[in-house]
Amino acid sequence: MKTIRWALGAAALMLAIPSLGQNVQIDGAGATFPYPIYSKWFSEYNKMHPEVQINYQSIGSGGGIRQLSAQTVFFGATDGPMTAEQQLGAAGRVLHLPTVLGGVVPVYNIPGVDAELKFTGKALAGIILGTIAKWNDPAIAASNPGVNLPASDITVVHRSDGSGTTYIFVDYLAKVSPDFKKTVGVATSVNWPVGLGGKGNEGVSGLVKQTPGSIGYVELIYALQNKIAYGSVQNMAGEFVRASVDSVTAAAAVAAKQMPPDFRVSITNAPGPGVYPISSFTWLLLYESSKDKTKSKVMVDFVKWALTEGQKYARDLGYSPLPESVVLLEMEAVKKIKV
Amino acid sequence: MSESPSPRRSVDDRGFRLGTGFFALLVVLLVAGIAFELYRTSRLSIDKFGFNFWRTKVWDPVAGQFGALPFIWGTLYSSLLALLISTPIALGIAIFLSELSPRFLRTPLAFLTELLAAIPSIVYGLWGVFVLVPLVRKFELLTPEWLRRTPLFSGPPVGVGMLSAGLILAVMVIPFTSSVAREVLKAVPSTQREAAYALGATRWEAIQAALRFGRTGIIGAVMLGLGRAIGETMAVTMVIGNNPQVSASLFAPQYTMAAVIANEFTEASSDLYLNALVEIGLVLFVITLVINALSRLLIWSVNRKVTVKVSRPVPFTDARKAA
Repeated sequence: MKTIRWALGAAALMLAIPSLGQNVQIDGAGATFPYPIYSKWFSEYNKMHPEVQINYQSIGSGGGIRQLSAQTVFFGATDGPMTAEQQLGAAGRVLHLPTVLGGVVPVYNIPGVDAELKFTGKALAGIILGTIAKWNDPAIAASNPGVNLPASDITVVHRSDGSGTTYIFVDYLAKVSPDFKKTVGVATSVNWPVGLGGKGNEGVSGLVKQTPGSIGYVELIYALQNKIAYGSVQNMAGEFVRASVDSVTAAAAVAAKQMPPDFRVSITNAPGPGVYPISSFTWLLLYESSKDKTKSKVMVDFVKWALTEGQKYARDLGYSPLPESVVLLEMEAVKKIKV
Repeated sequence: MSESPSPRRSVDDRGFRLGTGFFALLVVLLVAGIAFELYRTSRLSIDKFGFNFWRTKVWDPVAGQFGALPFIWGTLYSSLLALLISTPIALGIAIFLSELSPRFLRTPLAFLTELLAAIPSIVYGLWGVFVLVPLVRKFELLTPEWLRRTPLFSGPPVGVGMLSAGLILAVMVIPFTSSVAREVLKAVPSTQREAAYALGATRWEAIQAALRFGRTGIIGAVMLGLGRAIGETMAVTMVIGNNPQVSASLFAPQYTMAAVIANEFTEASSDLYLNALVEIGLVLFVITLVINALSRLLIWSVNRKVTVKVSRPVPFTDARKAA
């Protein structure tokens, strides 16, 4: 009896807290890729504003968009911008706000080859499509003079789970290869013509590490943190660029010049020198007009902080910070949110 | 028993019956509820693809084309393969533990086999990725070229694939089958064995008699293993290669129903895609139901045969020949 009374008391207390009018709890859900930096941001923000508690569930971009549309969460997050169809399904106009950037890198395991391989877009697309089946194919050998490539079969390793990483990778391949665009297309999971599926970045890199003659793709952060060697990729300007925090930011800086007003832009295969071509924004999704103005106000304040002060946490966690030019555009855009 | 129960007792009995009956009904409602909900949330896909969903091979989220055949194939193939490997081993363990093992070994061995059941499937998956898959790859590389040309062993020797999935499932299923089979053998009345020995049966023949006596329970044990194999997700997806194709090859990477749901559910953004994934769940549900019904049928037909045989007074050795 005592316990029951105690539990009732505790429950009453918990119910009472929000009604005090100071504490705000905001729930969000979405992409797994930015989860580490989002949780860092939310905890740092909470230190400055103890009354604000922002919860983020990394359930995947698709789930984030669905829950935002159903209004079970206040904000969403995604690695691929919402499609026109998805926007129609939402309960109002949704603002896309780029928060940080990430890159995707090709990782491979070829016995006897230690050199950093250079891939043209065409070669990469051919490998993934299965039309380039041997490592010593002229399409690969041409961009790697002096590297002794074996005549062994290529085993392609891709993500088996739906993923923003896949989205960025196939978005790039579809841009450089009309064939790829026609036969595979762009989505968070696609119908792969060949290869094995590994679950998560760790699944892909595990399979690549174990399978001689294999090639896969992982997030740049994952490759950096786990010290996995990766190849460089030819950009639109014809340079072979190795992915790094800076070469990914460079891709966004180029894109900023032709940024559409809704920020729904793909920056893979961006033009310009020093740009890493398989780069992408990750977006926070907010309704322009929501019922709860207090929450909107808090989120606007949070976004402003994350885009400026908050960017300093990006580099340490392996994300590429936004270029100044994009931040300025976004600061303008958040004014659209009604508070 | 013949005494009429006091009114108090009869009220208690009725209450007890109602209470337990309610719980039993709850299970039925739950199953019906799951079936209905699966149907309701997969309507889009059911309406669009109809029966083609069961027999087409293309799974293309970009084009919105969904066919479940590779997943159905992969689930049935991997589960039956696991059953084929695990059943003899599990029965061997059960027979050894219940009939042959020295007493001091019995408890620790039984404990160890049952411990296998307590290992989380993600741990099996990791073990599969780091230990089993490299071993399978070595084995695949050793396979002679002429054998590799047969459909059963074709495909690249990458280690991950149907064989790895079947093996890991077999290891996961063994403790379930063996511990139930052991209990079944334990429950065989000792008079059965004594009767066999009295008729001059050897030890092996006495064990056979015990196995025949407990066959219903042993089939049940195997079916329990099958149920476990069909639904297993995590460990399988880590070693099967996750490539939706219908291939007879043990070396080919394939895919299962449970694995594709787990892999693709979170990022399924279009309604049709989500509905197709839920329909896979519905298909899995139906297949499980059918398999359960078949196993009931099997048990029922086996039981019928046994009663016929027992009713005929024949000497033990003749009965064995007839079987």
